[in-house]
Amino acid sequence: MKEFKVTLDEAEMRTTYANFLVDFAKKDEKVVALEADLSSAIATNKIKKAMGNRLINVGIMEAEEVGCAAGLAVAGFKPFIHTFGPFASRRVYDQVFLSLNYAQLSAVILGSDAGVTAEANGGTHMPFEDLALMRAIPKATVYEVSDTTMLRAILEQSYEDTGFSYIRTIRKQPVKLYSEGELFESGIKVLREGKDVSILASGIMVSDAMLAANELAAEGIEATVMDVYRLKPINKEAVLQAAETGAIITAENHNIVGGLGSAIAEVLAEEKPTLQYRIGVREQFGQVGKADYLKEQYGLTVENIVSQAKQLIKKKEKMKTLTSI
Amino acid sequence: MEIKELEKFAKEIRYYTLKELNYMGYGHYGGSLSIVEVLAAIYGKHLNASPETKDDPNRDYFVLSKGHGGPALYATLSLKGYFPEEWLYTLNQNGTNLPSHPDRNKTPGVDMTTGSLGQGISAATGIALGNKIAERNNFTFTIVGDGELNEGQCWEAIQMAAHNQLENLIVFVDDNKKQLDGYTIDISNPFDFAEKFTAFGFNTVRVDGHSVKAISEAITSAKVFKGKPSVIILDTIKGKGIKHIEEMMDNHHLRPDDETNKAIQATIQQIGEELGVLV
Ligand SMILES: Cc1ncc(C[n+]2csc(CCOP(=O)(O)OP(=O)(O)O)c2C)c(N)n1
Ligand SMILES: [Mg+2]
Repeated sequence: MKEFKVTLDEAEMRTTYANFLVDFAKKDEKVVALEADLSSAIATNKIKKAMGNRLINVGIMEAEEVGCAAGLAVAGFKPFIHTFGPFASRRVYDQVFLSLNYAQLSAVILGSDAGVTAEANGGTHMPFEDLALMRAIPKATVYEVSDTTMLRAILEQSYEDTGFSYIRTIRKQPVKLYSEGELFESGIKVLREGKDVSILASGIMVSDAMLAANELAAEGIEATVMDVYRLKPINKEAVLQAAETGAIITAENHNIVGGLGSAIAEVLAEEKPTLQYRIGVREQFGQVGKADYLKEQYGLTVENIVSQAKQLIKKKEKMKTLTSI
Repeated sequence: MEIKELEKFAKEIRYYTLKELNYMGYGHYGGSLSIVEVLAAIYGKHLNASPETKDDPNRDYFVLSKGHGGPALYATLSLKGYFPEEWLYTLNQNGTNLPSHPDRNKTPGVDMTTGSLGQGISAATGIALGNKIAERNNFTFTIVGDGELNEGQCWEAIQMAAHNQLENLIVFVDDNKKQLDGYTIDISNPFDFAEKFTAFGFNTVRVDGHSVKAISEAITSAKVFKGKPSVIILDTIKGKGIKHIEEMMDNHHLRPDDETNKAIQATIQQIGEELGVLV
């Protein structure tokens, strides 16, 4: 297996979002973008001219932003809504739940500054539960994207989608994972295959999962790595394929309750009970700090993935001997 | 403190706020610098609270609803002796007690955790109401941003305070005419804050937000006003104290470039000399 090397994406997630909006607003007069005084944070302040009156900055009013988007959808528009993830989810959950989803209106929310990448903004701005909240909404499609090629593709899919989509992203340059033209259809990308353990990750944890697989390989342990970019609906077949190794590690920049780890556990519990360990934020709130420091605080590290993978493999071997007695 | 001393206190707050932000190298300069004088008036004269009365429920309370002004509050609290000056240079560092946005569980002297705009003023109404129910003879002060007042939750708090005649609540609006993406008038026209607050049942006054004298006098009047909560609307300048930053269009959150850094250093030097901290 080729060794994975970290290279940064040429583009930022925010410019990818802004460019997408310009392209699609040109193509379709129904496309509108909404901001709540965080336009400059996501680079849509640079596309004011191109968007004209279809870039709507409502001010610091997230509830109005979502409510207004629902009304725009009633009036026939396709709203793309951005604010920081905690405000897009925790702060306006009922508006998202009722005005958009219960009313069955089509819209896309981009929640930025995923988890620890909120850095110096700290606990008030650090979403560890947005995916959990969004996953609980009936029929919602929930993504966590890992690079700009993927973000562009997912935005295009969400544009076509007649329902509601939530897209969780970082704002700046991600690690590059995919090349131009790559298709994102099944909700899971298998990045590497191995027989001993499966590491299922999303967002910024995908490259860490790949680095962990490098280290494991050096010790003779072969890991499968999957990028689970669509948490809902989840690709059950791919999860069951991952379960073939008999040991599943999930790694997410999110609370272990309700996010990726839960989504995978739900499939396994009902279809194929398999040993799993969830790497993610456990019973903690956000705080200020550099992303690398925060990752260490919450155990979102390559070392932790490696060590948990080894422990889980041991557990698996032990169970095997127990059942064979 | 007398006016002269309050003015000196304001200088000290500005001095340490700048040193603190510059040590970190980036942060919310604009909205920290615009609240220096109001903090000086509140903490220098009117807020009946000190490190010694931290656990006394009868003391006065303060909520920085526009939580991103945290650095200015921290400079003030350290000058008041809540924690040593050295803490200021841990702003936003890994493991700090001084995060961007105030945290009541981390920083001595912080009464309420804020940062998600609109929530602090609500908490302030609750503190004031609680103190009223408990028949405590004290005041609750809160500072909201003019942009923050976009949030519907602020107006819920304002209605609640007026309905309950929270005369023990004094709200300050940092009317610096700007929010994150630009001028408030371009993003969400505030119309006339004074008219709005008056219509919502507040005792309303507008003063020069960089005159500690004007602010202090307004607080003195607000304290004796009966039957209504008070609002003091502060005419301020975002980034106040450094011309170069005041004149910058995007001065909400800065990562100073060389030119800006020079301007900041010059101001630090100048205030330091005036204060006699630097010679
Ligand atoms: C609920 C919420 N939405 C968005 C933000 C991001 N944000 C932080 S400060 C700010 C602008 C605040 O403007 P204003 O209240 O006028 O503050 P000031 O001008 O004093 O800095 C925004 C949008 C936030 N902190 N909370
Ligand atoms: Mg303002």
